[in-house]
Amino acid sequence: MSVKTYAQAIKDVLAEEMRRDKAVFVMGEDIAEQGGIFGCTRGLLQEFGPERVRNTPISENTIVGAGVGAATAGMRPVVELMYMDFAYLAMDQILNQAAKVRYMFGGKAKVPLVVRGQQGIGRGNAGQHSQSVEGMFMNIPGIKVAVPATPADAAGLLRTAIRDDNPILFFEHKALYTTKGDVPDDSEFMIPFGKASVVRSGTDVTIVASLLYAGIALKAAVELEKLGISAEVIDPRTLVPLDMDTIVQSVKKTGRIVTVHEAHRTMGAGTEIALAAVEQAFAYLDAPPIRLGAKPCTLPFNLGLENAVVPQVADIVQAVKTSLCR
Amino acid sequence: MASKELLLRIYHTMNQIRLFEEAALHLFEENKLRGSVHLYIGEEAIAASAISLLRDTDYITSTHRGHGHGIAKSNDLKKAMAELMGKETGFCRGRGGSMHIADLDKGNLGANAIVGGGLPIAVGGGLALKMKGTDRVCVTFFGDGASNQGTFHESINLASVWKLPVIFVCENNGFGISVPVKQSTSVVNISDRAQGYGIPGETVDGNDVIALLEVFEKAIARGRAGEGPTLIECKTYRWKGHWTGDPEVYRTREEVAAWVEKCPIKRLNDYLLEQGIATENELNDIKATVANEVEEAVDFAINSPEPDPATVMDDVFCEMQGGVSR
Repeated sequence: MSVKTYAQAIKDVLAEEMRRDKAVFVMGEDIAEQGGIFGCTRGLLQEFGPERVRNTPISENTIVGAGVGAATAGMRPVVELMYMDFAYLAMDQILNQAAKVRYMFGGKAKVPLVVRGQQGIGRGNAGQHSQSVEGMFMNIPGIKVAVPATPADAAGLLRTAIRDDNPILFFEHKALYTTKGDVPDDSEFMIPFGKASVVRSGTDVTIVASLLYAGIALKAAVELEKLGISAEVIDPRTLVPLDMDTIVQSVKKTGRIVTVHEAHRTMGAGTEIALAAVEQAFAYLDAPPIRLGAKPCTLPFNLGLENAVVPQVADIVQAVKTSLCR
Repeated sequence: MASKELLLRIYHTMNQIRLFEEAALHLFEENKLRGSVHLYIGEEAIAASAISLLRDTDYITSTHRGHGHGIAKSNDLKKAMAELMGKETGFCRGRGGSMHIADLDKGNLGANAIVGGGLPIAVGGGLALKMKGTDRVCVTFFGDGASNQGTFHESINLASVWKLPVIFVCENNGFGISVPVKQSTSVVNISDRAQGYGIPGETVDGNDVIALLEVFEKAIARGRAGEGPTLIECKTYRWKGHWTGDPEVYRTREEVAAWVEKCPIKRLNDYLLEQGIATENELNDIKATVANEVEEAVDFAINSPEPDPATVMDDVFCEMQGGVSR
């Protein structure tokens, strides 16, 4: 084990996978000399050279599309989007191309493409640079969606993503980059997609949270413990595929589910998870599910306003109390 | 000077495309074929000439009007017709249909029904070929309409900056569905746009095989030599409506008739006879062979099995060997 930041964990896996497999290469805006604006590709240019560490023009749709083409032609590109908000500029290549190539062509193509980048609140980046957009991509068959919350999860999931033969959207969180944690030194360390992590065991309520909110949900669980409420916190780690088995098993034990994320509440991942839990564990539920997420509002610049849009620890505590009729 | 063998091969391919599409139109009118069928009739010289100069290992990307490219690249009318009829034996097992013919084994990275969607993918294909150190090239076909999509500009810029072996082939047939090029496009010759990206651009008579061969040969040689991309605009005309139900309010019968007079197949036919390259008998033999091939393809398609609905979820994802990811 080594203690690493989330950003370091990502950088190390990129380097290790590029050493292991010549087909792996990275491209994106400001990723070469600059090493990415959050440093996730720092040092790669020096080790691997400009053929495999490619600065691109600011042409998101074409960067992702070139990734689709290169992947279909046998390479394993890892495309960095500087902000996942910019995925919307590449939507055609993500949803009409990457996601569909294999199916539309009768299973004869493979698209081992990773599109990774950061998103979310925490740096006052306002409406076009602070969104959490992962839920949108759950609705596109053919795309896998990863949402790592810790340095170890970032490392293990990214290695799996790079070795997967499917297109993957890999959502990092800007406020997690400097967080530290133990990461296995094993250069084969992988976390399978579709395997949730039970971050904290509990008996009274199941809280499902990912990315930055996995940690915030843990803080809420600590507060709840002071009130004599035992919360189980589950981080799905990947939204596609989604490990409903672990969540349902937990709900059958606790009888209550609260979902929370930074992404907008309407049609968010939490809605999908909560309804799936109702479908699969209805008879075990002692209360209706509660979904927490950002208000249906553009992410504002001002810190106080930003905090007013996204759920706070107190909101999670209150939701759990409501669920328990307390 | 093109060899007799090459010219007769092109003549064969052009006749294949023409008769294949006439048969497809007939099947459509008899309700034996669903969806939309975008006919390439009148434009055959472009696909046949360009692809006659490629190797199986060179790549192409194609468009919604893609039967011609697919036939020229794969020379498999049976799989093409079966795909148009949605049969299991088609190129894409009936999942793609008329607008999505792909054949990875023969270097067809796929036809694309999003206007301009194939250009970034071709850039990625070219990037893969370059990174693998080959002298192979990628030819991307698109229409005049695509030249007004952002992907056209982004892709040519990126291919130019990275000196990729991509040949951009614009099939200017005069209309984007009903809108004439002069209403939609800022230049008379779309190839003029090459200047803006620092690459050679040429406009050529898209109905003249001999002229096309000269231009394509130069562009392909440039690509193979690692000197970068070329933009070629082929001026041509679509004889049929945009699709099989097009009311064609945007043009006169006289205009269409004038272009039918400029038939590219007739033009090559006359050239071969006038130059004493082939005899009437040789050309008639080719036509008879093609008629037979098309008849066999239609029989094959009609008698092929429908896909099993139980397989509808096949190939949404690529199942990984070793099971690291599902």
